[in-house]
Amino acid sequence: MTTRTAPPPAGLPGSVRQRAAITAKTLRTDRWWFAPLLTVIGLGAWVTYATVRVFMHDYYWVEDFHYLTPFYSPCVTQACIPEAAHFGRVLPGWWIIPDAALTLPFLLLFRLTCYYYRKAYYRSFWLSPPACAVPDGHKTYSGETRFPLVGQNLHRYAFYAAVIISLINSWDAVLAFHSPKGFGFGLGNLILLGNVVMLWAYTLSCHSCRHIAGGRLKHFSKHPVRYRFWTFISKLNVRHMQLAWITLGTLALTDFYVMALSAGWFNDLRFIN
Amino acid sequence: MATQNAPGGTGKPGTARHFKVWRGDESGGELTDYQVQVNEGEVVLDVIHRLQATEAPDLACRWNCKAGKCGSCSMEINGMPRLGCMTRMSTFEENETVTITPLRTFPVIRDLVTDVSYNYEKARETPAFAPPTDLEPGDYRMQQVDVERSQEFRKCIECFLCQNTCHVVRDHEENKVAFSGPRYFIRAAELDMHPLDAKADRKEYAQASQGLGYCNITKCCTEVCPEHIKITDNAIIPMKERVVDRRYDPVVWLGSKIFRRGKQNEAVQGQTPRDPDELGSVHSHAGGSHEPEAEVGAERGVHWGRQVPHPTAPPLDSRGRLAISEFTFDKAAAPSPFGDDVTFPLPAEGLNYSHPDQPQAKD
Repeated sequence: MTTRTAPPPAGLPGSVRQRAAITAKTLRTDRWWFAPLLTVIGLGAWVTYATVRVFMHDYYWVEDFHYLTPFYSPCVTQACIPEAAHFGRVLPGWWIIPDAALTLPFLLLFRLTCYYYRKAYYRSFWLSPPACAVPDGHKTYSGETRFPLVGQNLHRYAFYAAVIISLINSWDAVLAFHSPKGFGFGLGNLILLGNVVMLWAYTLSCHSCRHIAGGRLKHFSKHPVRYRFWTFISKLNVRHMQLAWITLGTLALTDFYVMALSAGWFNDLRFIN
Repeated sequence: MATQNAPGGTGKPGTARHFKVWRGDESGGELTDYQVQVNEGEVVLDVIHRLQATEAPDLACRWNCKAGKCGSCSMEINGMPRLGCMTRMSTFEENETVTITPLRTFPVIRDLVTDVSYNYEKARETPAFAPPTDLEPGDYRMQQVDVERSQEFRKCIECFLCQNTCHVVRDHEENKVAFSGPRYFIRAAELDMHPLDAKADRKEYAQASQGLGYCNITKCCTEVCPEHIKITDNAIIPMKERVVDRRYDPVVWLGSKIFRRGKQNEAVQGQTPRDPDELGSVHSHAGGSHEPEAEVGAERGVHWGRQVPHPTAPPLDSRGRLAISEFTFDKAAAPSPFGDDVTFPLPAEGLNYSHPDQPQAKD
């Protein structure tokens, strides 16, 4: 055995050690690109459908059963059918203004700043990173430290707005039980109700809501009621991703059903009246 | 060779599988092909040990407990950061090539061993647990319901897979200065949620000095955590929300003005929040309290002027490398980290520390 000693350990000031020179960008062998691809297809399709529907300015109200699609709730422009405008018509009726112009921007903001959707679109659209241990598609990275992405911290306000909008959607679902012939109940009511229940589940499972309900406390033992809220929301919060996709589905389904009835493609399945 | 490869236990006889292992050091390296016998029930670390026992006795790999609790055998297996001891060979197809590489985010020392000192530097910078000043050790009392959020983060085994996976530093080396990484975000959350931690500026610290804002919550840390800690949902997002409370939320600000909530908290904690501008400059000490008096107290027993023996570098083999494997080394065990010429106990007069309760060390 020799008596040579090792050089001084690297990592001291002035010496920069190198990473392992691995040429392959990623050595993952599984289909890591599949989940981002599904996200792109899913979100792309939904956004396309929603954009078309929002600027269609038609087929959003079923006069016979008082069904109003969530994409036009509340209907607040001069272009709205008067019966569908439950909260008055305050905005001019230009085609460029969505009929639910007072709520849609906040809903968009709520979903854009949502902690789940952020993960989804940072990965699939922005490729930062596309998947775990797959290189970022960008040369530099400052995360959410600067404008505009520091604005993601506004999620909480979007959540407050989303709660109000969920109340409005719930009111629409209640009003739909009252058709011109009096009380009525059909498949459309079930769909509207299901959508509202899912919207509430998604809104309440929000990470900001979890924080506001109790997550910000240091001592749960001093706030037993808020601790129970927090526990309940934590259970929902685990499903936040699933609820995010389910609500996209129920929104599109509800809107499509209302559109189909309004356009007369098929008739509502009525149980009462 | 064949006898060494033979399976030791019962069960199906092993089959030869194809492996690619990254061999090299900081001057360069490459993926090397090996055919290794794999037996039923084995994990990737077993295969590495068989490689060391047969074809590649000088293959360097850090490992210790073989039970997923020490966090030593972090490596990248087919490109995914994993623990070698917790990755079963049965999760791969019989004819699948298994590629094993060192962690990419950290500088390589040799083969699968990387220099993870980045993490220790960030650990040293993170302010330690700070109980209320009027509480003696032994008098800490807390309710389970209050402390259980923090306890989740105590499961961390410091394998640094999350640090390695996080694209903020994995793909952008320059962010290592500003960004502490998920392991230290759970540390910050653990202490901020701790019922007996009285330090009021942890949120500001996480935001200003740990680089919490760099995280874009793509959740890879959670995906690779072998302890299944919900790093993103239970630590990073709550910390982000707590930062929002302090920095961006006028409703909370108004609430605390009206109900004087903030004042009460401060009174209970017996501390005032630090000026955020101070942050970053005061947290560079190793562990312990950051109060000046406490540090003076701790240093009272240390005799800094005394000549201490310099650490001895470990012996090298004939090729100038550290002996990694016992098989090729002329000693029965690894060299002593204190130098092979040091025997214990050390003579008391050679020590540079005396207990503060005992007579002071003299110059």
